[in-house]
Amino acid sequence: MSKEKKMRLTLPEEELVGSGNLACQGCGANLALRYVLKAFGKRTAICIPACCWAVIDGAFPHSCLGIPVYHCAFETAASTATGVKAGLEMVGDTETQVIAWAGDGGTFDIGIQALSGTAERNDDILYVCYDNEAYMNTGIQRSSATPLGAWTTTTPVKFPKDRPKKDIDAIMAAHRIPYQATASIAYPEDLYKKALKAKNTRGTKFIHIYAPCPTGWKSRPEDTVKLARLAVQTCLFPLYEVEHGEKYTLNIKVQNKKPIEEYIKLQGRYRHLKPEAAAAIQEGIDRDWERLLKKVNAG
Amino acid sequence: MKKVIMGNHALSYGAMLSRSQVISAYPITPQTQVVELLSEMCADGTLQAKFIKVESEHSAMASCIGASVAGARTFTATSAQGLALMHEMLHWASGGRLPIVMGNINRAMAPGWSIWTDQNDSLSQRDTGWMQFYCSSNQEVLDTTIQAFKIAETAGIPAMVVLDAFALSHTYEVVDIPDQAKVDAFLPSYKPYARLTPDAPCAFDGLTGPEHYFELRYKLQKDMEKVPALFNETSREFEKIFGRRLEAVEPYLCDDAEIILVTSGTAGFTARVAVDEMRKDGIKVGNLRIRMFRPFPFDDVRRLLAKVPKIAVLDRNISYGYHGIFCQEVKSALNGSGSKSPVFGFIAGLGGRDITVASFREVVDITRGQSTPAEEINWIGVKK
Repeated sequence: MSKEKKMRLTLPEEELVGSGNLACQGCGANLALRYVLKAFGKRTAICIPACCWAVIDGAFPHSCLGIPVYHCAFETAASTATGVKAGLEMVGDTETQVIAWAGDGGTFDIGIQALSGTAERNDDILYVCYDNEAYMNTGIQRSSATPLGAWTTTTPVKFPKDRPKKDIDAIMAAHRIPYQATASIAYPEDLYKKALKAKNTRGTKFIHIYAPCPTGWKSRPEDTVKLARLAVQTCLFPLYEVEHGEKYTLNIKVQNKKPIEEYIKLQGRYRHLKPEAAAAIQEGIDRDWERLLKKVNAG
Repeated sequence: MKKVIMGNHALSYGAMLSRSQVISAYPITPQTQVVELLSEMCADGTLQAKFIKVESEHSAMASCIGASVAGARTFTATSAQGLALMHEMLHWASGGRLPIVMGNINRAMAPGWSIWTDQNDSLSQRDTGWMQFYCSSNQEVLDTTIQAFKIAETAGIPAMVVLDAFALSHTYEVVDIPDQAKVDAFLPSYKPYARLTPDAPCAFDGLTGPEHYFELRYKLQKDMEKVPALFNETSREFEKIFGRRLEAVEPYLCDDAEIILVTSGTAGFTARVAVDEMRKDGIKVGNLRIRMFRPFPFDDVRRLLAKVPKIAVLDRNISYGYHGIFCQEVKSALNGSGSKSPVFGFIAGLGGRDITVASFREVVDITRGQSTPAEEINWIGVKK
């Protein structure tokens, strides 16, 4: 017998996202769904509203996914998923899990009412927001998930985004749903674990996945994972879980916060940024991080 | 079993007897009793269904769409502003070929706020690809709801059952509530052509390029065109089981009429009373009540109206900048049929102002007094 070491996979091998789909090079959203479906498996139905994934999946009559897909209206990911779950149960399928899979525009902006309704009723679905911080599918227009100081086609360099990103996770926590988490495509094992936890929790689950977009961020496709990791290491996008809106758990405990410049300099959307504007971004990150630590310590 | 019930409850009983499996609704006056009774039925187990209490009408129709694509029989009800809010999703339901049945209580559109009846809410949804059936009695509301599921599921087209605010929704009438076994015999459980299931994963309603989209719409129209025949077929079946006949258009004393009053909704029954009274006075007048508005029953309308000397259409609605919407449709149906009959257009009862027997007498007086219409619109009961 040879003493060759067998490679141990940290994630299931099964792929439910087909290759050769319509994602851009270096698409973070593509990785996000790959990892989530590794946890959820084949007995899953997904509702996709208008967002990048409405295109990535492929045009009629094609689909790159190995699960049933319902392409729904922009603001209806949550309400459609609620209906699908109810419908499946009424035709005798209590096993299939339902995912609403929306971008940040479909979640933070146009779909927030339906999402709030679903969460308040605690309907048994997983809602995932893959966040690339603007309306990327329509050509990089600002959303309420676009961060302070960023360029988009509707926040030109002469007047970049002048308000901070909406705190969607705090809004979801206010709904006291059984489980919610932030996750990142740079931490696949953490993301997988969270998806699995969501799969085994009944009621409304919400996972907010940080998904860099080279096309919209004017970054290099090969930097997608690096950027997502830097977002965590700078504490711009901390990874944590919340149970019932109260119990906060920090998953990656960052000891030495990296300066935000390291993250900013890799992206064309911040090229116009003056040093004082970058300092304001750093201040915002520090303040939000302290606020989060308080919640974690209180739990 | 005969019971005295309100129009709204006739909708609830129709949805219950049809064994709706998912109901998703948001409250709006004057629809509330429909969903109140259904939520009670779901709570006490009279109806084995999931009732989703959504936060808006938009979400109501979105979750109906989700439930329907999962293969469940699905029902909702709304009115006016709620229907308008659903507009985007109405296209989605018909484009997705989902046989959702919805009750709509005709209520005037705001502003100013009005809770009273007119038809501009439902008629504004004319081109969304939904079938529309207008009712005149509570019995008809119940029967039409059951029939609507049958037609919708056969054609793969959603259906709207329409009734007037208060004049029908809150009016109590004797209704024969059929036995469940009879309804089951008429309406077997829903067997979708395709549904969302991991057993046969496919993508529904996604991005559709110019090489496919056109054909999907062509097929929707072709299937819509089959509905009048389907309607008659299901009506015959319905009559066999329940002893009541539902017509796409209902003629009353039309054969020898010199003027036919074309109406819809509760005004249709008032018109009948007016016809009876005027016949006593020796005026040869008849009534044609249009129940099926979409698809429009062109053949029936042509057959019944082509030879009458004069036609008077009474609309409780208006297409601003043109005239009454039923009047438009009647003119369009007669165009090319060889009919030379003048069509007189009347608008009455907007925002719930009463349409009475006297209104129809005025309509007939104006129609008799002119050989061809002097005005595009004759206004009945307006303070000018």
